[in-house]
Amino acid sequence: MTASLAVFFALAALAVIGAVSLIVQKHPIHSALSLIVVMIALAGLYLLLGAEFVAAVQIIVYGGAIMVLFVFVIMLLNAGVEEHTSISKMAGAPGLLLVVALAGFVAATIARSTESVETTLQTGEIASTLGISNMIFKDFVYPFELTSFLILVAVLGATVLAQREKS
Amino acid sequence: MLPRAIDIYRVLPELVWCGFGVLVVLMQPFVRNRHFFTFLALIGTLAGTAASVSAAMRAGPGFDGLVQSDSFSFFFRLLVGTVAFLVVLAAGPYLERERLPFAEFYALLLFATAGMGVLASAQELLTAFIGLEMSSISSYILAGYRRDSLKSTESAMKYFLLGSFATAFFLYGIALVYGSSGTTMLTKMGSEELFHSKLFELGLALILVGLGFKVAAAPFQVWTPDVYEGAPTPVTALFSAGPKAAAFALLLRIFATVPAATHFWFWAFWGLAALTMFAGNLGALVQTNVKRLLAYSSIAHAGYILVAFAAVTSMARDGSAEAAPAYAAVLFYLLSYALVKLGAFTIVSQLGGTGEKNLSLDDYAGLSERQPFVAAALSVYLLSLLGLPVTAGFFGKFYIFKAAVNSHLLWLAVLMAVNSVIGAYYYLRVIVMMYMRESSAEAKSAAPVGFPLTVNFVLAFTVVGTLYFGLFPNRVLNFILQPALFGR
Repeated sequence: MTASLAVFFALAALAVIGAVSLIVQKHPIHSALSLIVVMIALAGLYLLLGAEFVAAVQIIVYGGAIMVLFVFVIMLLNAGVEEHTSISKMAGAPGLLLVVALAGFVAATIARSTESVETTLQTGEIASTLGISNMIFKDFVYPFELTSFLILVAVLGATVLAQREKS
Repeated sequence: MLPRAIDIYRVLPELVWCGFGVLVVLMQPFVRNRHFFTFLALIGTLAGTAASVSAAMRAGPGFDGLVQSDSFSFFFRLLVGTVAFLVVLAAGPYLERERLPFAEFYALLLFATAGMGVLASAQELLTAFIGLEMSSISSYILAGYRRDSLKSTESAMKYFLLGSFATAFFLYGIALVYGSSGTTMLTKMGSEELFHSKLFELGLALILVGLGFKVAAAPFQVWTPDVYEGAPTPVTALFSAGPKAAAFALLLRIFATVPAATHFWFWAFWGLAALTMFAGNLGALVQTNVKRLLAYSSIAHAGYILVAFAAVTSMARDGSAEAAPAYAAVLFYLLSYALVKLGAFTIVSQLGGTGEKNLSLDDYAGLSERQPFVAAALSVYLLSLLGLPVTAGFFGKFYIFKAAVNSHLLWLAVLMAVNSVIGAYYYLRVIVMMYMRESSAEAKSAAPVGFPLTVNFVLAFTVVGTLYFGLFPNRVLNFILQPALFGR
């Protein structure tokens, strides 16, 4: 128990550090690399919960494919160091304050809650490959199929917004 | 359990809308005739709306309770389907004028409609989330559909960034709700323990933040004027009528099925309602752009609807009165409001002229002389927004007011009355502009703006609807007030 708890905190800390670095970094490539750290740390957390399949998918799809796309986009756009206007700098201070307030509120609520989440989240059975395919193709087949329309909308949107102007 | 044929019937409207969306996309490379797509989209929206009748005839839970086909979802499917149909009619001339591609617009519109239908019928949070995303992502793209216009791009960008942020809140809320209750099914969240669960409470609060953004409730309303102003006007008409109604539908559904939610949300709704009414009405006072003015007014109207939500929660908490009339008030309000906003934005879209130049209040000076019928129609809409008798808006406001008084929310009722008076100022200002000011010399010499047949149909439909529901509100109310609105 204590060992897995230690691993949990290590991975969680890594994920948070990666996420903060993602926002703080000035250059988009550094942000993208920080995102990889977040993705891998999350995969570790899934593994800790006994969800091997989700962990593998997380690394292959998010850590691999999606990140390659990110890097490609950054390369194609030739995105440089981000620029700040005086207003966006000014917005930083109240933004930080609000983030701290929200995080503090969420943390305080979770700390005050007495119930144990571990008992309600039983992984194992449902987190196995068999369990997940049963969920996707039987219980949740309707939202799963709707997701394909959702992706179609995204593809359509990309072409609409990026297609060449017809004169 | 594997899905059966009956499950398909219960989600038929969404499938039809999606199917026609795909069909439009597939035909796009082969058909040159632009009007063909308008025609196809009209058939698609109508067919989906007709399919909702068939879904209602086979009422019951679909896919093991992921969705629910009941009178409630029937009402909202009918509403969003009709809205989509009217938007297609109004958008045709607009797209022609602005030289924008037809097919993609209609496909996105159909997908957005399907998303709203999913939201209205979902009884499970993941399904609702997918529905919300379908309608939101289509909306982001539609907002930026005029790519050559800076304002349109700004509108899409703002909507996308803030909308994604709100979606993250919604998703985190779902995660917490699942963590504390062990299920995402709304129907299974009835246990007594959840009343004392801090995590469940937090999850619900985050869900409220996410949906509060979608319905433009203060303090999550800041995006509304910019997005409404920058988006192509027929799209603005859709935004103010469709996605808003669908998000309210999900909120209502959560209330009606999860007792713990009703328990928590009373003060949240009280505060949201009061803030939203003032944010909308005070903001609208200083606007000189008609589109922005209507955007602020739509914030204010979300506030009035939230008053009814506060009434529902208060009743459910005390068990003092029957909550059904308050639910009915929300549904009636959404219906009357959707008709009016659609009509008003259609007129704004048509009068805007190429590139949407004529949007300022001064451009409406003397409209009654130049285009008497249009001025009259716009006056009907504005009077309905104001809540004058004989229009649907009057009964909408009246029922909400009554619900607030019945649940002893006198302060909120007073605030609502104060806000209606503030609202009267800027609605009447537009009418005064149209009827009592001289038009500018430039406007006088210009030829009157043409109103094609399709647009005239939209105007006639919405004006007749507004007056009909203003004269015979019981026709709708009897339908809404039937004993089992939810989960029949």
